[in-house]
Amino acid sequence: MSITADTHTHETPGHGHEHHEEHHELGFWQKYVFSTDHKVIGIQYGITGLVFLFFGFLLMLVMRWQLANPGVPVPFVGPFFQTALKMFGSTIFASDANGNPGVLTPDGYNTFGAMHGTIMVFFGIVPIAFAAFGNFVVPLQIGAPDMTFPRINMASYWSFFISCVIMVASFFVPGGAAKSGWTSYPPLSGIADLSHSVFLNGQTLWVLGMVFNITASLLGSVNFLATIIQLRAPGMTWMRLPFFVWAQFITAFLLLLAFPVLEAAGFMQFTDRVFGTNFFMPTGLVVKQQLVQHWSGGGSPILWQHLFWFLAHPEVYVLILPGIGMVAEVVANNTRKPLYGYKAMVMAILVLAFLSFIVWAHHMYMTGMGAKVAAFFQTTTIIISVPSVILLTALMLSLWGASIRFTTPMLFATAFMPMFGIGGLTGIPLAFNAVDLYLHDTYYVIAHFHYVVAPGTIFAIFAGLYYWFPKATGRMMNGFLGHLHFWGSLIFINGVFFPMFLQGMHGVHRRWYDGGKTYEQLAGPLIHWNGFMSTAAFLLGAVQLIFIFNFVWSIFKGQKVGRNPWDATTLEWQAPSPPPHGNFDRPIAVYRGPYEYSVPGAPTDFTPQSQPTAATQAAAPTPEEPPHH
Amino acid sequence: MQIPYEVSARPDTGLYNAKLGIWLFLASEVMLFGGLFSSYIFLRIGADPGYWPHGLLNVPVGTFNTAVLIGSSVTVVLAWASLKMRRWNAYWGWMLATIICGTVFLAVKLTYEWPQKFEHFGVFIKQDAFPKYEPYLGNKHLEEEKREPRLEITGHIHQMDITRDGKLESILPKEKEEAVSPSEADGVLSEEGVKLVDYQVQLDAINADPSDKDNDRPHFRQRAVTEKIAKIDAADIASASAFFPRHSSYFSCYFLITGLHGLHVFAGVLVFTYFLLFGKKLYLRNPEHMANRVEIAGLFWHFVDLVWIFVFPIFYLL
Repeated sequence: MSITADTHTHETPGHGHEHHEEHHELGFWQKYVFSTDHKVIGIQYGITGLVFLFFGFLLMLVMRWQLANPGVPVPFVGPFFQTALKMFGSTIFASDANGNPGVLTPDGYNTFGAMHGTIMVFFGIVPIAFAAFGNFVVPLQIGAPDMTFPRINMASYWSFFISCVIMVASFFVPGGAAKSGWTSYPPLSGIADLSHSVFLNGQTLWVLGMVFNITASLLGSVNFLATIIQLRAPGMTWMRLPFFVWAQFITAFLLLLAFPVLEAAGFMQFTDRVFGTNFFMPTGLVVKQQLVQHWSGGGSPILWQHLFWFLAHPEVYVLILPGIGMVAEVVANNTRKPLYGYKAMVMAILVLAFLSFIVWAHHMYMTGMGAKVAAFFQTTTIIISVPSVILLTALMLSLWGASIRFTTPMLFATAFMPMFGIGGLTGIPLAFNAVDLYLHDTYYVIAHFHYVVAPGTIFAIFAGLYYWFPKATGRMMNGFLGHLHFWGSLIFINGVFFPMFLQGMHGVHRRWYDGGKTYEQLAGPLIHWNGFMSTAAFLLGAVQLIFIFNFVWSIFKGQKVGRNPWDATTLEWQAPSPPPHGNFDRPIAVYRGPYEYSVPGAPTDFTPQSQPTAATQAAAPTPEEPPHH
Repeated sequence: MQIPYEVSARPDTGLYNAKLGIWLFLASEVMLFGGLFSSYIFLRIGADPGYWPHGLLNVPVGTFNTAVLIGSSVTVVLAWASLKMRRWNAYWGWMLATIICGTVFLAVKLTYEWPQKFEHFGVFIKQDAFPKYEPYLGNKHLEEEKREPRLEITGHIHQMDITRDGKLESILPKEKEEAVSPSEADGVLSEEGVKLVDYQVQLDAINADPSDKDNDRPHFRQRAVTEKIAKIDAADIASASAFFPRHSSYFSCYFLITGLHGLHVFAGVLVFTYFLLFGKKLYLRNPEHMANRVEIAGLFWHFVDLVWIFVFPIFYLL
């Protein structure tokens, strides 16, 4: 770190460092790998997250093959990995009775199930929707030069990266990766895989990976909150913040306050497994007709469930709020209208965030709780649907009377609304204790939360990707391929998830390894949907290849665009595309709300936030950098 | 590029960046320790009668450590105030005092309190063998007093008898040592062909005279192990362990929470040492920035102190 000679100045050492940077081009490693620039970190998070999203999807494709064709070797993939993973002692694939290699084993199925959930939630959606978009877009939208703590930001990504390495590595230890479900319920998770090695086994590595992942989230969320509170440009008042920034702000609070509880639980499960403590292991546990150990005092498996869901319910809103934020931006821009009920939406997410901390036990009706406790949690759960409905209604009403531009991001944003609507409305029956006891752990639940997260959040992520791609690269993604990607995704994703409602209401259990073949008298009438859903899943995968091609091709060959290709009002479009280090090439100040589209009398149908109003033009706060002494 | 408000406060929030950052971080820390303390409550409420031990920790030592930690919270404020008044030498002295306090706290914890626990040994007796060990458990007396039953016999391992491949063998304390170390005993038992016959436990006062009313409540001062020895047959043992984390839910909580707290103290000491040794350069260039750094590290330190204020009563006193 260089030192400025002037001892009177109140500049910081960071300044001397950054000053240094302006004159000397940074090396490749500092510019693209160990970068402190929020945009580079955002892109790193985005790419890593997309890779994991696809990886998690591939795990599910193998599982869907097994569900549709129980006991039939998985073509190509199965035999290949059975041979390739042999030296690691993997039991994921095995040969069938006739010696044909490549059948997904029950252990393999459990492993893939647990890792699909973990990867999709903690390594796919959160890194993309929160960390990637938040890092890239939020400082630009509030007119900040970077995040408040750039080096902590870098530490956040690298902590996340370590967690990714640990999770992937866990596939290659004896016994394979974690197989106790993404929720890791004890006592299953307390004893799983311990016969191989106390430390190097799937479940312990899962806990360790989660601790690093949570640490990354905490560092990120502190940074987001501090940035939004401290680094708003002059004139950027709270009610002038784009809705996306509000969504990220609330999400950061959820992560900040909910995740440490899972971290505590993670420490406990870790010590349970490695040091033999007994937080979660009950007294007199019998496994395979053998008393495992006398755990004096007796831990409680239900304690884990409480701690886990205390995180994991707010986590649901961590998954969906950034998505709603992105959709709101895209909708306002493509309807060429102000967002309907902006203030109501902001209030709704504040209420949503608060309520999300007192609904967790609705995941535990089946665990058994008193009627009074169940009544409390089903009441709060029903109340939380009110702000959700406000959000969705505001988005739908924003479409009213607009001449909508159906660009690719807008297609995804429009489809988000009914998809998220289906996901949300099918959740209401689950909120009721009595109904949930029947539907618990069936495919109905799977369909419900996948409608929220897959065609919900992932569609929002696609909307965001197509929308901000030109800002990040200076090039547009191809529209025709985008439309193809959209229609394919919309049709096939419904093909995957809608039949699950039917199966679930019929009682098909979510963890059946053979898709219900063993319980044919129960699942029989609906078992044929397995083939339909699996075919749709494979076609859905094929459609994503169009996206991957479009994404990579457009980085190099996409149509070049200027600063503001969408004619948008928010601040990020005032910066060059892609924005340089420090973001804005001219001083920036804010004079108006975020969505001044089609203002009567205005020369264009959009008025950027940074455009002075007639009143302020004469006596404006000088659009300079905020004062600091 | 310059990040605004690194040193001076933003007028409308009244905070410089790092101060806001540390408060947010502390909020997450509250939830982290909140989760752990909630688990303590959950497990304690759910424990069967007699399974939550009392009076196993050394209260005077804990009191001493509490005083040390509170003292260090005062000295760190004085260090910060000295910087605000631009008195480098005073700062140096107070900072050094803070570091010494933190180190003393850790030293007491790691060289005295924890090792003492690892030498102490407890055997939970099987339900059906209670009458046999009544002289050490005193459950009749406890029932009369309407107190929770006593299920465990504690003390030091005086001798351990085993069979190695069918041959009887006694494990005795090493030379110059008064008792068999529980970890060594565990080591012997994990060897192949070794089977436990009995433990001979040199009893704690509470088991030596369990019907004494004086033993019904924990004492401020810990009492020494008595000369009385009890022989406990392998067949009567539900579980036996030193006061390791695996001993009981109580010690699981104790070691995890004090361990995590200790890590926080260690992190604070590291940061303070960095400020002590490498702070001069920044102080000369921008004393206010240096004062800010000490302020936010101090806030963290106060939080660590506050956690101990909760740890001390719930583990040592309640």
